[in-house]
Amino acid sequence: MGKTLFDKIWDAHVAHQVEGGTDVLYIDRHFIHEVTSPQAFDGLRQRGLPVFRTERTIATADHNVPTRDQHLPIQEELSRFQVDKLTENCEAFGVRLYGLGHPYQGIVHVIGPELGLTQPGMTIVCGDSHTSTHGAFGCIAFGIGTSQVEQVLATQCLLQKKPKRMRITVDGELQPGVLSKDIILYIISRLSASGGTGHFVEYAGSAIRSLSMEARMTICNMSIEMGARGGLIAPDDKAIEYVRGREFAPKEEDFEAAAAYWRTLYSDEDAQFDAEYHFRAEDIEPMVTYGTNPGMGMGISQSIPEPPATGNPRTYQKSLEYMGLKPGQKLLGQPVNYVFIGSCTNSRIEDLRLAAAFVKGKKKADNVTAMIVPGSKQVEIQAKAEGLDQAFREAGFDFREPGCSACLGMNEDKVPKGEYCVSTSNRNFEGRQGPGARTILASPLMAAAAAIAGRVVDVRQEL
Amino acid sequence: MEKFRKIQSTAVPLPIEEVDTDQIIPARFLKATTREGFGDNLFRDWRYEADGTPKESFILNNPLYGGTILVAGRNFGCGSSREHAAWALYDYGFRVVVSSFFADIFRGNALNNGLLPVQVPEPFLQSIFTAIEADPETRFVVDLEAQLFTILASGQSVGFEIGPYKKMCLLNGYDDIDFLLSLRDKIEDFEQKRAIG
Ligand code: SF4
Repeated sequence: MGKTLFDKIWDAHVAHQVEGGTDVLYIDRHFIHEVTSPQAFDGLRQRGLPVFRTERTIATADHNVPTRDQHLPIQEELSRFQVDKLTENCEAFGVRLYGLGHPYQGIVHVIGPELGLTQPGMTIVCGDSHTSTHGAFGCIAFGIGTSQVEQVLATQCLLQKKPKRMRITVDGELQPGVLSKDIILYIISRLSASGGTGHFVEYAGSAIRSLSMEARMTICNMSIEMGARGGLIAPDDKAIEYVRGREFAPKEEDFEAAAAYWRTLYSDEDAQFDAEYHFRAEDIEPMVTYGTNPGMGMGISQSIPEPPATGNPRTYQKSLEYMGLKPGQKLLGQPVNYVFIGSCTNSRIEDLRLAAAFVKGKKKADNVTAMIVPGSKQVEIQAKAEGLDQAFREAGFDFREPGCSACLGMNEDKVPKGEYCVSTSNRNFEGRQGPGARTILASPLMAAAAAIAGRVVDVRQEL
Repeated sequence: MEKFRKIQSTAVPLPIEEVDTDQIIPARFLKATTREGFGDNLFRDWRYEADGTPKESFILNNPLYGGTILVAGRNFGCGSSREHAAWALYDYGFRVVVSSFFADIFRGNALNNGLLPVQVPEPFLQSIFTAIEADPETRFVVDLEAQLFTILASGQSVGFEIGPYKKMCLLNGYDDIDFLLSLRDKIEDFEQKRAIG
């Protein structure tokens, strides 16, 4: 029987098999950041261990950093302490760090691909659930907890049970104004926030293949929001060309040899999946979420559904109460005072280009505070080189410096209590963007359009 | 890690589904660089008003309910991979979380910290909620060796799954690092072979 893409990569990384179906999985790249690593380094200290393979470990500061005046010391004491701790740990253990002020600094899942650190066929982990982003290159990439960060630092390996395999095929052509963010929000709304649990997802089909690498990253990024461990897409010429020439990509003959291997990474015709789903790109509208988990999403023309027949009606009710919304209501026309374009889901140069092209020559609504936070220093520099920052500023948007920012509100970028925010991030959990904040997840185009209108609109009507 | 064998306790009911790790421990409390002290902020925004007054309606503030077992609705622990969620539950005093479904990363994090996730069928979960509702003093037994969860008063019990390796770790208080370190030679062999291949 043929093998799936996932199995090909997994099997190539099993360093040892333990009885009872647990594998010792070798990890090619380990990304770390300031929030989930300090306790892991302390663990190493307590055991008197070094970092086993420093060259496979890359650190950056992203979650906690301010998005203004990054050249100045961090104001908030605890954040500064945590970021300093990362610097100390990296120095003490010899780990490469792209800290604040470094031209390679940025959200961990944005810098990996842009530096060519993320390559097809790799196993990649990070103490962060959106590590699934890297799967866009045909990698097994997934988030881990801090104990596991310590394991990888100490041994470059993890004990893992092989997950099940799921394939989600999206065929057809997207309508104008519909982006990859809409595809993934649509899929999650169909499968629910737990529909992928226990599985690793392969995304396939003509609609997926036609996406750019950055758009594919948006899809893989949100795999975790349906509970899947990760998502991946078979590497094709687009993926290979994206990696070519990047800072840490293999060079010349090494690259050709690597690329020849990467081309063998696809699911064989007769490979078996534990679950399969098929969707049509034509059915997908611009999406918005109305609840407090990413599975609670709908097409922009639709109304908030009645409580589902299965599940706990109290949970559903609680969620809508938090959002200040009711079943039967539409989100179209909903006034919003905040717009956030950023996060590891949608803060890459293509996202900013799309949003900038839309807002150029327009003005944001007076009631709206709109923030653009590039995913990395390199994205910021590129955006400035293309004059995108200018377009945003002229439209009344606040163009910031890179970091996670209002995606999780660990720094001062928060949405106030009770306010609605159309956000390009990945989680609409209660309080995610600040205590009491009400998040409506959407694409960068939908977010840009909401900022201009001061309410939720259907971007297809605005193009 | 502490050893885990058998626990008998009352339980705290949280009949809410899709409890994500942002609720268990909100991001703004993740700035600590040690593992201790997260229990104070467990379920922070459900438990306290913005000014720090306890919200009476929240279950952890209700003196009727207590114990080392938390019983929650399905898909507990979804969302962020923050291990701080497991630390917060453990630090608060919970040793077991019962639900009809756990998110993968949370389950792994819990097991790595001596917090036992007990997955029971949905109808059984509902009968646990009913039992606690009828009598908050209802006691439960969690027997890891036998992989059995029992409602003491009624004697109703149900088995739960745990992999043999993780079970061994919990029973003995071992963690994965000890085990992985013992495999260093094998890991280095693998690196060698890959470099040649
Ligand atoms: S941008 Fe948001 S989701 Fe992405 S790594 Fe940062 S905090 Fe996590």
